[in-house]
Amino acid sequence: MDETGTSVAFRGGGFAPKSRRWVGVVVFVALVLFVEWGTRAGWISSLSLPRPSDVFETFRQLYDSGLLFKHLGPSLSRLTVGAILGASVGISVGILIGLFSYVRSGLVPLVAAIFPIPKIALLPLFVIWFGIGEGSKYALIAFGTFTPTVVATYGAVDNVDRTLIRMGQSFGLSWWSIVRKIVLPGAMPGILSGLRISLAIAIILLVAAEMLGAEYGIGAYILEAGSLYDLERLFAGVVILSLLGVLVSGVIGMAERRLLGWRT
Amino acid sequence: MLAPLISCKRSMMDIRLDGIGHSYDDFEVMRDISLDISSGQIVCIVGPSGCGKSTLLRFIGGLERPKLGRVLQLGEPPAGCLNPLTYIFQDFALLPWRSVSGNISLVLEDHGIKGAAADKIIEDVLARTKLSDFAKALPKQLSGGMKQRVAIARALAVKPAVMLMDEPLSALDSQTRELLMDDLVELWTRQPFTAVYVTHNLAEAVRLGHRVVVLSRRPGKIREVVDIDKPLAAREFGDADLEKTQKYLWQLMRDEARAADAELLHG
Repeated sequence: MDETGTSVAFRGGGFAPKSRRWVGVVVFVALVLFVEWGTRAGWISSLSLPRPSDVFETFRQLYDSGLLFKHLGPSLSRLTVGAILGASVGISVGILIGLFSYVRSGLVPLVAAIFPIPKIALLPLFVIWFGIGEGSKYALIAFGTFTPTVVATYGAVDNVDRTLIRMGQSFGLSWWSIVRKIVLPGAMPGILSGLRISLAIAIILLVAAEMLGAEYGIGAYILEAGSLYDLERLFAGVVILSLLGVLVSGVIGMAERRLLGWRT
Repeated sequence: MLAPLISCKRSMMDIRLDGIGHSYDDFEVMRDISLDISSGQIVCIVGPSGCGKSTLLRFIGGLERPKLGRVLQLGEPPAGCLNPLTYIFQDFALLPWRSVSGNISLVLEDHGIKGAAADKIIEDVLARTKLSDFAKALPKQLSGGMKQRVAIARALAVKPAVMLMDEPLSALDSQTRELLMDDLVELWTRQPFTAVYVTHNLAEAVRLGHRVVVLSRRPGKIREVVDIDKPLAAREFGDADLEKTQKYLWQLMRDEARAADAELLHG
């Protein structure tokens, strides 16, 4: 027999991506530097993409003139009010659908019918209903956040471990206690991952909401820049929206770490 | 005024199953099960898979309703009893988002027991299940055996009259199972409790049961009731007389277990 033998070839591993903190930043910076280089060297024409340094300069001017916060303020308040309205109604309705047969049978088809409607198409309707002021903007964002939240929430309630609910009943917990202490926390992972999507949709709809009758707001700023083909300003606005998205996602990530530390 | 005092002091709660029968649609799963469970006893229910032993346990605790027959509660539960019929589940059923003590306080909160009063109960039951050092731990940090001990502590916290144990050790490895059986015997010896213990493991049945009820295959009927007189504390792993009883029980079940195994699943 051969004493040395051959070692068994390793064939496990992989299929388990881990998050590497700074790689995302590096990719982003590399992309920006690449575009900067291209626009300076001239093989990207200034008509097709603005120079990143120019966008940054526009952004700085926006900040210096104080206009940034003049635009950001109303947008943030529209986003907050609309999203909180839509998400809270959505979570409540989703839980009701998850708990009651009649609510489920009655509302699931309705939600399925509302979901695919592009909410932007309903903007004129909202203007008639809620006026050209803030009301229609809140309504549009709220409505857009509502449907994905409902779907995510009732799915999450469906996925709550039934044995935990039976356990609650077997210890004589009241209906309300079971909902509050077992169903809600059990559905929380699904609700939060649903919120990630609905809040991103809320940011998308912010621009749509500011199409009509908005003097200030990030959306109004972008739309104005777009109609003037002012690419630097357009990109400055888009960057703000992106940052907003990253911020929202970060906040939800924090909430997940705080609320869902119990997950294995 | 004397009468209730006396009945309180000597309160005993027995359970009587009176002609329990059950069927799903036309499919009869249980027929005419009558059984008395007297207080201070552990009654083990064994039977081949699919004989409806877990369903029977759900009837006893009121989690499901039998088509025929009644489950009767004879006598009053002891004073201070918060939840007379209390389950211990095979999969522990702990809330993963609550700590060990949080899981126990969950079943006290609805009875208005909070703060210091709750802490006192929690401390006591954790000490009895040797979990005092783990009050703050989350379920994900605990081994299977520890999780089941938390579930036992939670059941003890509501001072049950009857514990309904649904294959409580089946999800555990055999060594942990031995340890937990010892723990259960110790708990019972210190303070006898009433329990209905459903299992498919005959070794558990002969170690823990004062009576072993053997159910037959579908439709589940009582095939035989075997009393084991040897005191729980005197029983040990591999006792010759217990092995004999276990062998006898296995003979009762063997053919039916084989037939049950060969059967296509219903539905």
